[in-house]
Amino acid sequence: MSSTQVQIHALANGLVLLAEPMPWLESAAFSLLVPVGSAHDPADRLGLASFVSEMIQRGCGARSSRQFVEDLDNLGVNRSSAVSNAHSSFGGAMPAEKIYDALSIHADMLLHPHLPADQFEDGRLVCLQEIHAVEDDLAQQVMSELRRRRYPDPFGRTSYGTLDGIQQTTLDELRGHFERTYQPAGCILAVAGNLDWPQLRDHVERLFADWHARPLPAVQPAAAEGGYGHLEQDSNQTHIAVAYASVPYGHPDYYQARGAVGVLSDGMSSRLFTEIRENRGLCYSVYATCHSLRELGSVLCYAGTTTERAQETLDVLLAELVRLAEGVRQDELDRLITKIKAALIMQQESSPSRSSSIASDWYFLGRVQTLDEINRILDGLSCASINAYLSQHPPGDFVVATLGKQKLELPVGIS
Amino acid sequence: MEFREQRLENGLEIIAECNPRAHSAALAFFVKSGARDETAEVAGVSHFLEHMVFKGTPRRSAADVNRQLDEVTANSNAFTSEELTVYYATMLPEKVPASLELLSDILRPSLREDDFETEKQVILEEIAKYEDQPPFGAHEKCMAAHFGSHPLSHSVLGTVASVGALTPQQMRAYFQQRYSPDNIVLAATGRIDFDRLVEWAAGHCGGWQPLATSRSAPPPPDHDGLQVVYNELARQQYVVQIANGPAAESDDRYAARLLATVIGDDSGSRFFWALVDTGLADYAAIDPYDFQNAGVYMTSLCCTPDTTADNLRRMRQILEEVELHGVTATELEQARNKICSQVVLGSERPGNRLFAVGGNWVQRREYRTVRQEVDALRAVTLNDIAAVLARYPLTKTTTVAVGPLKEL
Repeated sequence: MSSTQVQIHALANGLVLLAEPMPWLESAAFSLLVPVGSAHDPADRLGLASFVSEMIQRGCGARSSRQFVEDLDNLGVNRSSAVSNAHSSFGGAMPAEKIYDALSIHADMLLHPHLPADQFEDGRLVCLQEIHAVEDDLAQQVMSELRRRRYPDPFGRTSYGTLDGIQQTTLDELRGHFERTYQPAGCILAVAGNLDWPQLRDHVERLFADWHARPLPAVQPAAAEGGYGHLEQDSNQTHIAVAYASVPYGHPDYYQARGAVGVLSDGMSSRLFTEIRENRGLCYSVYATCHSLRELGSVLCYAGTTTERAQETLDVLLAELVRLAEGVRQDELDRLITKIKAALIMQQESSPSRSSSIASDWYFLGRVQTLDEINRILDGLSCASINAYLSQHPPGDFVVATLGKQKLELPVGIS
Repeated sequence: MEFREQRLENGLEIIAECNPRAHSAALAFFVKSGARDETAEVAGVSHFLEHMVFKGTPRRSAADVNRQLDEVTANSNAFTSEELTVYYATMLPEKVPASLELLSDILRPSLREDDFETEKQVILEEIAKYEDQPPFGAHEKCMAAHFGSHPLSHSVLGTVASVGALTPQQMRAYFQQRYSPDNIVLAATGRIDFDRLVEWAAGHCGGWQPLATSRSAPPPPDHDGLQVVYNELARQQYVVQIANGPAAESDDRYAARLLATVIGDDSGSRFFWALVDTGLADYAAIDPYDFQNAGVYMTSLCCTPDTTADNLRRMRQILEEVELHGVTATELEQARNKICSQVVLGSERPGNRLFAVGGNWVQRREYRTVRQEVDALRAVTLNDIAAVLARYPLTKTTTVAVGPLKEL
């Protein structure tokens, strides 16, 4: 497999630029991670990072809120923004030649936002709308409750925060939070696509060189709550969420854990799909996935089913998780590896997926894995290595959240 | 990049956009079978059949199908709409022959009785899932209200009652009719050797027996009206409005797409500045959808119940203003730039390009390069927009509101 080298340029202020030229594409994409997320929200202002992210997109430098959006639209930038536990992230995909102008506008947004007083109440309403929208998204609610129980606070927080946190925030507090938390140390800017490296490097250096570093203090976590929580709701389906401890991305054993979860949930012949949906018809949606924070990893599982079949679904799901410790088979592993390798090759056809992988690698590993390197890791995986990992880390100590008409019974000996 | 097409003797059409520089390939069978082809007794059968296609053939069990799809494809799935059922997969170029053999085989499913009963439970779970989640059926209810007795009023999922009562015999009869080879297009994109593809397809699908199929495609009715559906689970109010728009066969669809972008794209549009940027609504959008001999503009709104009436008034004012004065040259240019970029970006992966190439052929029996598509959008003028506005009034809508409100 051919893969080009990732270029790296660290600015003196701590911002790191990463770029992978993909000259066969017409597009370019960037992923920009600013190291402030919901974990940094003050406990009585939950949602503040989201509120800041909303407000900085309302005009910057010489551009009004309207000009900001219009200029990016005219450049053909398909843009996105999101807040996670650790980051406020901004991204865009566009015709390749527009990447430089798009980055200039985003640099202005980070360094010179207006945070306009006359749009503060509008911004607040937008954040409140997001919280209201989640009230109707039951699957998201149960997964949020699961993460809240599984991770020590503040790592299990949602990004959108609480009605109270958003309502209490003043403009001065918002501006103060921006001043304290938007800074270059730990910022990651990853670009992939049809780009010219020297031109990009010089451009980014010019845009960000004057930004001053003020690193944030590390977050001090409390203890995790764990256990089983049920959210009562008069819904047709019961939503079931289960978590157990795993290793995070970047841990030497990560790919062993990932391989095991792949056998559980990747593809239509995976164990959860086969046992829960295909053989028993219990669910339409069922999955398990690896979830990583920098220090902590988990496997998060979900199944949605009608009330009368919820107990059976939970029982079968937990039984499959426990059975995983008995090991995976060669044919299961072979299918998984083939599938992951094909997906890696196809990543070269998409600048946005490559730029976000590069940014994520840098955050978790402090370096970027080339596709060749990942292929070698995959070739090194075996049933013996995965099963050795599983015998040392058998799925157990389950954290459970459900949402629906009735609370469920956890089987004896579980959790 | 080269376009090729060929038809087998039994009527199966094969088309491909071959790109020797691609890293991957993609294949799909587009079957002209969807909710609009169903009678009320078998409502939901097209979608249920899509699930059953993965449940095995005389040569493969359901587990064999799932296992082999995982072995040869990077990604595979299917979907059913009002007028199409599409089975698709992406794969590395060397897996094209095995993928084609597998997809061809499953398109002649056994439809075994015990699989049928198990899968029926999965479909009922899928219906329950959608009943629980936004927009709580508002889209289907509005299509039903707007289209009345027209076949496009049919819901893709069907109902608990209709799916519950379906029998394997009914499904087999439906299959015979709709899965005739002359009602199917095999589309391919990416690194494809077309001559070999045709050779393989002839071997796997050449024996499929054709059976005359037809579809009723009357012109759309001219409905309007308001329906408020109380839903005690929903906290927000969900409103869908449908107005008639250009059909799939009409070149007006380019102007309609740009017009909808100016009015109701998710950023930088008139709805965005008036309702979303101000935090009055969670979303307010308008999108065009085209079907065979019918088209719609679909407006959707989500906001708190107490603000719904005011928000609908604001949206109505915007639509009236556009009907009266059209859009500005600046707005049109911004929409063109945005949509053309999306067309180009959305074409880079063979797995995405597949749907544009296949969809275009199924709807219009034409092939258009990405460049031709961009040129057609670039050529739209303010006069074209005005003409489309005159032909398809935006304010003549059917409205359905679902949520905590009992009246509106």
